[in-house]
Amino acid sequence: MKPSRFPFAKPTWPTAVPRPAPERHVGLDYDHDWSRRYPVRLARAIVLDNVTRPAARLVATTTVRGTEHLRHVTAPVIFAANHASHLDTPILLTSLPVRFRHRTVVAAAADYFFDRHWKAVLWSFSLAAIPIERARVNRRSADVASDLLGNGWNLVIFPEGGRSPDGWGQPFSPASAAYLSRRTGRPVVPVHLSGTRHVLPKSGEPRLPRRSPVSVLFGMPLSPDDGEDARKFSVRIERAVAVAADEASSDWWQARTRHAREETPSLRGPEASGWLRSWALDPRPEAGRDTWPRV
Amino acid sequence: MTPRPGLVLEVDRSTPPTLFWHGERFVLERLPEGSRIIYAPEPLAALEDPVAAIRHALLHPLDRDPLPSLLSPGMRLTICFDDVSLPLPPMQAPDVRQLVIEQVLDMAAEAGVDDVVLVAALALHRRMTEAELRHALGDRVYDAFAPHGLLTQHDAEDPGNLLHLGTTDKGEEVELNKRAATSDLLVYVNINLVAMDGGHKSVATGLASYRSLRHHHNPKTMVHSRSFMDAPASELHSSNWRMGRLIADSGVKIFQIETTLNTDTFPSQFGFLQRREWEWNLRDRATYVATAAALDRTPPRIARQIFHSIRAPHALVSVQAGEVEAVHALTTANVWKQQGVEVEGQTDILTMGLPYISPYNVNSIMNPILVACLGLGYFFNLYRGKPLVRKGGVVIMHHPTPWEFHPGHHPSYIDFFEEVLSDTTDPVEISKTYEESFATDPWYVHLYRTGHAYHGVHPFYMWYWCAHALDHLGRVIVVGGDPAAVRRMGFSPATSLDDALEIASDVVGRSPSLTHLHTPPLLLADVR
Repeated sequence: MKPSRFPFAKPTWPTAVPRPAPERHVGLDYDHDWSRRYPVRLARAIVLDNVTRPAARLVATTTVRGTEHLRHVTAPVIFAANHASHLDTPILLTSLPVRFRHRTVVAAAADYFFDRHWKAVLWSFSLAAIPIERARVNRRSADVASDLLGNGWNLVIFPEGGRSPDGWGQPFSPASAAYLSRRTGRPVVPVHLSGTRHVLPKSGEPRLPRRSPVSVLFGMPLSPDDGEDARKFSVRIERAVAVAADEASSDWWQARTRHAREETPSLRGPEASGWLRSWALDPRPEAGRDTWPRV
Repeated sequence: MTPRPGLVLEVDRSTPPTLFWHGERFVLERLPEGSRIIYAPEPLAALEDPVAAIRHALLHPLDRDPLPSLLSPGMRLTICFDDVSLPLPPMQAPDVRQLVIEQVLDMAAEAGVDDVVLVAALALHRRMTEAELRHALGDRVYDAFAPHGLLTQHDAEDPGNLLHLGTTDKGEEVELNKRAATSDLLVYVNINLVAMDGGHKSVATGLASYRSLRHHHNPKTMVHSRSFMDAPASELHSSNWRMGRLIADSGVKIFQIETTLNTDTFPSQFGFLQRREWEWNLRDRATYVATAAALDRTPPRIARQIFHSIRAPHALVSVQAGEVEAVHALTTANVWKQQGVEVEGQTDILTMGLPYISPYNVNSIMNPILVACLGLGYFFNLYRGKPLVRKGGVVIMHHPTPWEFHPGHHPSYIDFFEEVLSDTTDPVEISKTYEESFATDPWYVHLYRTGHAYHGVHPFYMWYWCAHALDHLGRVIVVGGDPAAVRRMGFSPATSLDDALEIASDVVGRSPSLTHLHTPPLLLADVR
């Protein structure tokens, strides 16, 4: 038998002792504190500005509007956006004004982005992601998010709980942005992202992104009214994102007037099934004349 | 997570090397295939609110009225407590004694008890220093009592403060601390680190004189204590129980408080000491390598100081109060719950790594007699049922065993080692020929009473403590010990474990069974 190099090498495991199931330090249990230490933040800022941002712009020519709404808002805030593509997070994160960008964490599905250790490390580092239970209100993930908001970190969250399966929006969960805002007293900034599903849609198989224009539109910050519960506030946030979507596809005035008349088109698409819903979606824009990205 | 129970591991090809204490160092030894290693149960969870648990115990005692109802103005209250020999290593502040005594004093203050004296139950141990008393009792208690002379240390050689209570039916004289024996209530605060501690032994030994102690601290009693950890089978305990009952019959009212700690023995920097080797993670391995390398390069004196500065993160897991025997039965069950491991059958060779500390060298030097006492007196006796090693078997101890003594703490040990052990190592012979002269030597008595020296007879007791093992074993081998010191005690020195096994083969043959007692943490083997 080869002599053991223990303690320099890992110990061998006695045959007589049953091996316990490996302790899982992933998912909600993943310890992501390291990703907010100063050297890691510095490294992430460098990567975000010099790698992620150019890469995102390479595949998605991005128009950012509504940043004036963020000028007078006091950090930390909760950015609540619709969700159609994996590209949403890097696009949104790199579109944030600098004073928010490098002090923002992203709520990411614990069961998807944190199910393997390497994934947890990758997303914690590159996007400052934190694991969130998306199916229900989880005390622990809510505590983590609240603590971070309390410590001055902005939060990006997708209240739909996952990417849209068909391109249309899904109901906003009251257990996400609305609940956290009520709990922490921090405002919610509605954000609409459009066009990302054309670049990298949700599909069963991995695929390369297809270049397409993308728009990011920030709405007016919202705070829960006195006595407004999370459910009602969540409806208001969803409506604000719908107004932003309307503005992105028309203009600010038309969106406002339609909103005043309560005629803002719903994010969830027509009450139809099958191809009719798909038909009603915006078609993929024709490739523009830009052959180089506008970085 | 529920703490895992103890484990008896059979060594196979895939078992990593095993950790052995070696005084102020550690070594990894590869044990022969087929050997057994006994691992202790994991530390039990600490009581969430120890202060509330202590209060509950005092208000709901076993077979006694609640403590407040036993307290009244004008009464004489004496609170006695275990000395520096418990727990090991000394625990991180606050010490359990402090937590308990503060609550007893709060109740006494509420009841308007004026006459309160605290007594450290030293028996024949060295007097505690101010720092040690402050650590055990806390500054609040120390500053309230010591300046008024109300914090005392039992003096077994003070004829004016000893009271002869009578003689048991076996002829054992019972002589106790007078203040304690004449109080209206004697509250005794124990730390029950192992199953041997507490019960009637607390008062009958801790507050007794040499005249009283010699009846059970002698080779005959020790040989018939099988083991000290199993009171019904221990003649030492039988004698103490007889004395304890006589004390109770004499009208001494004792309110016994016993506490058990978990085996969380070393702080996180030494986490690897508490972990099973195959579960060592990168940090454990790195800490081990770094610590072992650093200790190899550290002068022994400095290494000793480093180790003696360690404070154990022991936590309180149970507290019982009330009548001595009722309390002790529950305490013993709680100690076994923490430390008990079932072991099937005896072994030809028992190996053990001995640490830097024993009950009698806290903040001091572990001299060769204490090495023998720790290995053969304590570790050998960590059993119930049958000894771990068979009659005529071999014990292999791992310790540097330096020929070194603390002249302030262990003056009589030096002469015992030089004069007595050079003549004979037979406990019975030693007892007959030398004990009386050491016990009554005025210089040793003076050092015991005024300095910080163990009593002149103490090294004899340490040697008697080994009597059962010496009677039972075919050979004792010390790996890595000072050959001269080891030979002086009648043991065989070996430079390595392989050499020790070779030497042992003369006694137990070429293919002996081997069992290793893996410490820390402490364990008690229930040998079937």
